[in-house]
Amino acid sequence: MSLRVKQRPKNMTNTKPALTVKDLSVVFPESNGQSSPHTGLDVLDRISFQVHPREFICFLGPSGSGKTTLLKVVAGLVQPTSGHVNFMYHHRPKIGMVFQQASLMPWRTVIENIKLPLELEGIGNIKAHNKAREMIRLVGLKGFEDSLPRDLSGGMAQRVGIARALIHDPDLLLLDEPFASLDALTRERMWTELSRIWQAKQKTVIMVTHSINESLFLADRVLVLTQRPGKIKLDVKVELPRPRNDDIRYTPQFGKLARKLREAIE
Amino acid sequence: MSSLKRVKNILPAVLSIAFALMAWQLIVQWTQLPRFILPAPADVWSRFLKALMDGSLLYHTGITLVEIVLGLLVGITFATITGYALAKSRSLEKVLSPYLVASQAIPVVAIAPLLVIWLGDGILSKVVICALIVFFPVLVNTVVGIRAVPSALYDMMHSIRATRLQILMKLEVPASLPVLLGGLRIGATLSVIGAIVGELVDAEQGLGFLLQLGDFQYDTSMVFVAVFMLIALALFLYGVVTLLERKFLKWQA
Repeated sequence: MSLRVKQRPKNMTNTKPALTVKDLSVVFPESNGQSSPHTGLDVLDRISFQVHPREFICFLGPSGSGKTTLLKVVAGLVQPTSGHVNFMYHHRPKIGMVFQQASLMPWRTVIENIKLPLELEGIGNIKAHNKAREMIRLVGLKGFEDSLPRDLSGGMAQRVGIARALIHDPDLLLLDEPFASLDALTRERMWTELSRIWQAKQKTVIMVTHSINESLFLADRVLVLTQRPGKIKLDVKVELPRPRNDDIRYTPQFGKLARKLREAIE
Repeated sequence: MSSLKRVKNILPAVLSIAFALMAWQLIVQWTQLPRFILPAPADVWSRFLKALMDGSLLYHTGITLVEIVLGLLVGITFATITGYALAKSRSLEKVLSPYLVASQAIPVVAIAPLLVIWLGDGILSKVVICALIVFFPVLVNTVVGIRAVPSALYDMMHSIRATRLQILMKLEVPASLPVLLGGLRIGATLSVIGAIVGELVDAEQGLGFLLQLGDFQYDTSMVFVAVFMLIALALFLYGVVTLLERKFLKWQA
């Protein structure tokens, strides 16, 4: 299993991209409502990139670089001012999204929160329930099925968010700084968890973060965004072996990549 | 054990009611006021039994309850629909809010006679008065409740391509339910006032009619009975709302 995963990035460039973003710009209208192309707030400036099937890419950038907006455009939550987002699939892709705050419904239990995407698709309750149990096992929340979000720690809530984002078998998984609100130790544990889940589920992933370590630990490719208006400044392949564990951060290769990314950010 | 606990819970209320009744009885005895000014608790109790036995009390209470419940239903329906539309559209809010605020400057008591003239002295005019008095607090709470739904949850719902109906049923309704039920709690109490105001203007039936009849006939005990029935109605409605809250807001406790 891990051997196959390790080789994957090398064959990837031959496949058709899962997602192609071309010349994408986003201008937010001024808050006074008078919008014209020249008076708005430039958030993203002619962004172009491709993501291959089952690739894990990471956008790295300072706050205010339009990272979240970029994800929202890909998710269809924000309309781009110009440019295109094209998917390999004929249909609009199914999206699974994990947010900065877990964004759980406080009135639903863990299992009910995780089931939500299947409910919206009209999948029968028994089937949805079984699938949700499977996801709960995957993210390591067994025993918390009937807990309410208010009883969960930040890390547990994010696991619920991840399970919910994966349950409907999305074509594309979007992660918006999912671990930013967690403490350092929990965050690092979640990296290992996410790494494991990703290898088990083989999803195409776009993640945004402002943590260099996080991006190097998880991604196949890291793209650095500049300050607003966000432009792609650097596109680096992360050829670190998988599965990655904590030790990888002390390798010279990791250090070199980290330095390169840090220089690009500044 | 649990029944003992329950006794402990209601004991203060029972004691305070017993104390109030005793004080009332003492005041009657000390002041020697005639019965048509201040009847003793025992007078009110026997008047209550008499009205209960001849069926008039239940009949009139039933009429008032019907007016209140219909008024609540109509008021809540219009208020939540209007409130939802206002919450969703700032421009609609700008157009409608002067009227809504103006409508609140006029006490319902002032237009109740008009409504009775226009709609007759039957149940209809009372239902409309109830609905009007319930409308505003429920409307305001609907707007507040819908606007308070976190935008992150909207994003989440859109990312999994929820339809408008799914967003309404699975997000907006449950998320705003605590505030909506708060509006209902205020509305339920106000609707009792609405029904009585309408009945006092002109009616042939209902607790307000009974109250006025007692007043005209110097049957003060009857007035007291009617007032206590109103209190009972208000408590009943309050209890229903509390039950709803307990059922639907378990996650909040």
